Amino acid sequence: MTTPGTAKDAAAASVATQEMPPRGFDVQKIREDFPILKQTVYGKPLVYLDNAATAQTPQTVIDAIDRFYLAQCANIHRGIHLLSERSTAEYEETRAKAQRFLGAAETREIVFVRGTTEAINLVANSYGRKHVGAGDEILITAMEHHSNIVPWQMLCEEKGAVLRVAPINDAGEIVIEEFEKLLNRRTRLVSVSHVSNALGTVNPVERMIEMAHGKGVPVMIDGAQAAPHLKINVQKLDCDFYAFSGHKLYGPTGIGILYGKASLLEAMPPYQGGGDMIRTVSFEKTTYNALPYKFEAGTPNIAGTIGLGAAIDYLNQLGLEQAAAYEHELLAYATKKVSQLPGVRIIGTAREKASVLSFVIDGVHPHDAGTILDQQGIAVRAGHHCAMPVMERFGIPATTRASFAFYNTIEEVDALVSGIEKVQEVFS
Amino acid sequence: MSDLGELYQELIVGHSKKPRNFRKIEGADHQAEGYNPLCGDKITVYLKLKDGVVQEIGFQGSGCAISTASASLMTERAKGKTRAEADALFDVFHKLVTEGPAEELDTAQLGKLAVFSGVCEYPARVKCATLAWHTLRAALQGSAEAVSTE
Ligand SMILES: Cc1ncc(COP(=O)(O)O)c(C=O)c1O
Repeated sequence: MTTPGTAKDAAAASVATQEMPPRGFDVQKIREDFPILKQTVYGKPLVYLDNAATAQTPQTVIDAIDRFYLAQCANIHRGIHLLSERSTAEYEETRAKAQRFLGAAETREIVFVRGTTEAINLVANSYGRKHVGAGDEILITAMEHHSNIVPWQMLCEEKGAVLRVAPINDAGEIVIEEFEKLLNRRTRLVSVSHVSNALGTVNPVERMIEMAHGKGVPVMIDGAQAAPHLKINVQKLDCDFYAFSGHKLYGPTGIGILYGKASLLEAMPPYQGGGDMIRTVSFEKTTYNALPYKFEAGTPNIAGTIGLGAAIDYLNQLGLEQAAAYEHELLAYATKKVSQLPGVRIIGTAREKASVLSFVIDGVHPHDAGTILDQQGIAVRAGHHCAMPVMERFGIPATTRASFAFYNTIEEVDALVSGIEKVQEVFS
Repeated sequence: MSDLGELYQELIVGHSKKPRNFRKIEGADHQAEGYNPLCGDKITVYLKLKDGVVQEIGFQGSGCAISTASASLMTERAKGKTRAEADALFDVFHKLVTEGPAEELDTAQLGKLAVFSGVCEYPARVKCATLAWHTLRAALQGSAEAVSTE
């Protein structure tokens, strides 16, 4: 494939033709939308490659939050005054945006939470406590983030249930036959990540859901790393729960989404008690509100929700699929370049990957690599990525992880590569 | 590179690659484990004391260059020190890596340890530099529990 030599393509001039970004994707123009990217750190241009931890927010998201506090700040579902009505309307509008973003059937299937972590805890506490008993099993995989391990461990401990873990292979892919074997009549729930934050693996969730449903087992998908990089349709997937975090989706922190099938959510007890989640309260008896409010006790993160709505708008305008294709080119280019470096090993070599490039450098601890890269203005993550069992599986204490977003450039990948060379120089 | 050099000085890189006293002390009468959950750095410090003075000291474990070099240099310095002296040295070292070199800091007391002065620019790495010292303190106090930097 060749790309016509427009000015914007000059950015990619150093790259072999097959690594050219998709036509029409003007990354320089997109970068203008993200004011934070313009800064320098330690006197060097910021190269932000820690998107899997938290992605940056475009100006439109910042503006939406500003606008809320400047002109509209009021509580929702309570006031009879204009500001409260506007606030409520915009809050509920975001729910509708999230519904469309996920391809959910109804808005009441969208619950606002703090993030993926809270979404999983909600399901564990509400659905889990109701349906899981002694001797029952919860099935996860060996590549889960701690937030998709610990809530289930807590539940299992409380109920005398058993946490089962489907293994992964050396490439960091789920061993699907083993996963299938682990599904049995004691399995009450499967919870798996759509995309692994430590390895970048895209799991075959559609197949896994089919297998689980074949045994009558509902499935929760941790979409924290998938929502920013893949087009999602929860109805097509037929998952029972799906969770993601706003701050990884170019939105604000402290807001996230739990999708749940209405039939399941209906039958679940509330997660927290308080205002907004009730219909009537007396000291004798309280009746709960309808979906989704039953799960939204107390004043929520209204500004964050509105910010998330703006982030979804931004992605819709940008075209998530186009952005994903561009990110894929970046990842492929980075994978090729980094794997060519002597003494560098990539951790996570699944056939299907998104955004994440985890690696270790011979004789260099990932934290030292992280600090030396940071010194060059390159922000990466170094550590166990809240996935200590994954590190153990690969026999390493930690990795250095670069994770890409659509606003990253080929030049930034090159900066990463020469940054790694500098790390090796320091330790040579 | 000059800014980088401040943290990863040759002495640090050298000690991280070839740590001194990197061994288990057979018949150690004091030992403690340290763990930095952020980095996954793990260390065990072994001691033999006589009349309250460190006769032998060794360490084992795995960690980043900063924590390994710090442990290595610490073992060199701790030998022959009393509990109180080791404690006092840690206090000075701690000040150095958190606040940086200051006039009132007794650099003569620090000796080679002064090489860690660059750490103060990297708050995330302070725990790496002090892990061995926290563990030494725990070992000297005879506490059997693993210490954690968290
Ligand atoms: C795969 C995965 N699951 C869950 C989480 C937790 O997300 P949050 O901290 O936003 O709740 C993360 C965040 O790193 C993640 O990468």
